[in-house]
Amino acid sequence: MSMKLVVGLDGHATGEKALSHAIALAKMAGGAEILVVHIIEWSPYSFHTAEENAMRHKRREEEIALAQDRIVAPAVKAVEEAGLKAAGKVRHGDVADTLDAITKEEKGDQIIVARASDGGFASRLFGSATSNLVMGASVPVTVVN
Amino acid sequence: MKKLGLSAALMAMASPALAQEAQSLDARVNEAFATATGPFVSFIFAPIPGTSFPWIVMWLVIGATIFTVYFGAVQFRFFGHAIKLVKGDYSDPNDAGEVSHFQALATALSGTVGLGNIAGVAVAVGIGGPGATFWMILAGLLGMASKFTECTLGVKYRNEYPDGTVSGGPMYYISKGFNELGLPGGKILAVLFSIFCILGALGGGNMFQANQAHAQITQITGDYPGWITGIIFAAVVFAVIVGGIKSIARVTEKVVPFMGVLYVGAALVVLIVNFNMIGWAFGQIFAGAFTGLGVAGGMVGALIQGFKRAAFSNEAGVGSAAIAHSAVKTKEPITEGFVSLLEPLIDTVVICTMTALVIIISQQLLVDQATGNYMLNEAGTAIATVDGNSGVALTSAAFGSAISWFPFVLAIAVILFAFSTMISWSYYGLKAWTYLFGEGKTTELVFKIIFCIFIVIGAAASLGPVIDFSDAAIFAMAVVNIFCLYFLMKLVRTELASYAGRLKSGEIKPFTH
Repeated sequence: MSMKLVVGLDGHATGEKALSHAIALAKMAGGAEILVVHIIEWSPYSFHTAEENAMRHKRREEEIALAQDRIVAPAVKAVEEAGLKAAGKVRHGDVADTLDAITKEEKGDQIIVARASDGGFASRLFGSATSNLVMGASVPVTVVN
Repeated sequence: MKKLGLSAALMAMASPALAQEAQSLDARVNEAFATATGPFVSFIFAPIPGTSFPWIVMWLVIGATIFTVYFGAVQFRFFGHAIKLVKGDYSDPNDAGEVSHFQALATALSGTVGLGNIAGVAVAVGIGGPGATFWMILAGLLGMASKFTECTLGVKYRNEYPDGTVSGGPMYYISKGFNELGLPGGKILAVLFSIFCILGALGGGNMFQANQAHAQITQITGDYPGWITGIIFAAVVFAVIVGGIKSIARVTEKVVPFMGVLYVGAALVVLIVNFNMIGWAFGQIFAGAFTGLGVAGGMVGALIQGFKRAAFSNEAGVGSAAIAHSAVKTKEPITEGFVSLLEPLIDTVVICTMTALVIIISQQLLVDQATGNYMLNEAGTAIATVDGNSGVALTSAAFGSAISWFPFVLAIAVILFAFSTMISWSYYGLKAWTYLFGEGKTTELVFKIIFCIFIVIGAAASLGPVIDFSDAAIFAMAVVNIFCLYFLMKLVRTELASYAGRLKSGEIKPFTH
């Protein structure tokens, strides 16, 4: 059974390093499969106006299409060009929790992400998505600097 | 030239003559408004012949009681399940990013939690005495079943457009539901509901809010003409609903829940500080509920006020919440019905009761020591208060007597609540408007401009006529809505039986997150 690597991309340039590392690792492992995942930060407990709710389904479709086009599809293409098997996924949710949940669903062996690209007060207080992932993930996590 | 004109206007504004003119403009707006709305208000609040009991109050209570019995006390049987749904236990993870049960509930609550809970309760307790609180709580508990019925139908019969947007509400379930049952008149009733919904949006969802926000501001700044507050409010609302300046709405979305928590927190502080009086306050509530304790109209007076304000505050049976709840993502419309039944509980049974307890405990209402009954004001229409306050000013004084700086926080809360309620109701009104006149940029703009004009009128008119019209318009929605719900409730019962069966058999089970 071949290995499956899950690469979490947040759309920032640092993600490319994570992807290159995953490709290199997959080749070393003798052709592991790579699953490219982008999580759109979303909480079911946020507040919206009635008008925003009415538009929500449409917006969600647009957000998914945009992430698929701009982030996931180019990464999948890069993996395939490197001669490896690739797949892509876009989902809404808490970044760390959802990335881990997808990894479990897809029976991934390892998660590879880039270091968190944004700092600030909130991430110091609540932890960045990357640090939350490192703390809570159910498989080994590689953080690429 | 323009500059000259402006400075002349400013100088003139400062002159007492013009200030008087401005005040008399308020008076003229008030008089014209009261005359125009008088017959409509009189009809809605007409007493049942031979009694002093308004038929509309009876209508709402009977409706809520029938739904409670018909669905076998659904509000108590499925209460726990409703909490689980809001927590997301039954939400499919693949639907993440869609409108959750929590979000639909929060949006609907932001339209109802507001001045009804702060000013409305003060009006109820100020006129009907502490006993009004008992009837308010009872109406809140019964109203949960009305809300369940209308919100289930709201989701079941919503319109889903090809572009992915949704529109729902009583006008849709009335016309589609009647059609499905082969009943005539669905379209006419839907149109009638839409007309009343527009009036309700302009009344309770707009003028009452502007009026009380102005009253709250003048408490702090001193008296000045209401139309000035009206114009400022109208400009901000215009910027959001017409200009699409989402940042203002976004700030409000974040701040309003915080204000709600702060308000409940402050009420809890007042109650904890005076915990030895809570027993006495409940004693007053129970005694007043059945004797009236000297209020105008006695027990019936307390009951009418309690029921009226509960309906105005939680809008159960009115149909507005069905519009807000219809955007949720669910395969089972009835789940949104369960979630929505929490709304009257949070709004009326918890928040309104807290306001009432604070007013009673702070002893703002004057008691005749000799009889133990409440003293009436000179006109004999309401209970005399320490400083002659009524409405939001009474709530403010009640909180202020325990936490001296709280009236300032309350003023900000009132303004923000008023604003968020206006935004919500502008949407409800708009949906009714587009149901009547069709969707389109120009049609929508016409309604939005009318909505903003009514903010100015609401702020300028005095409380009496505004509150009468607001109540009348909102209750008129309930007349049509509840009438139609009687025909449509069997559709909800079929859904309920099917869902309850599948839940029991384990076919519907929570997702493991």
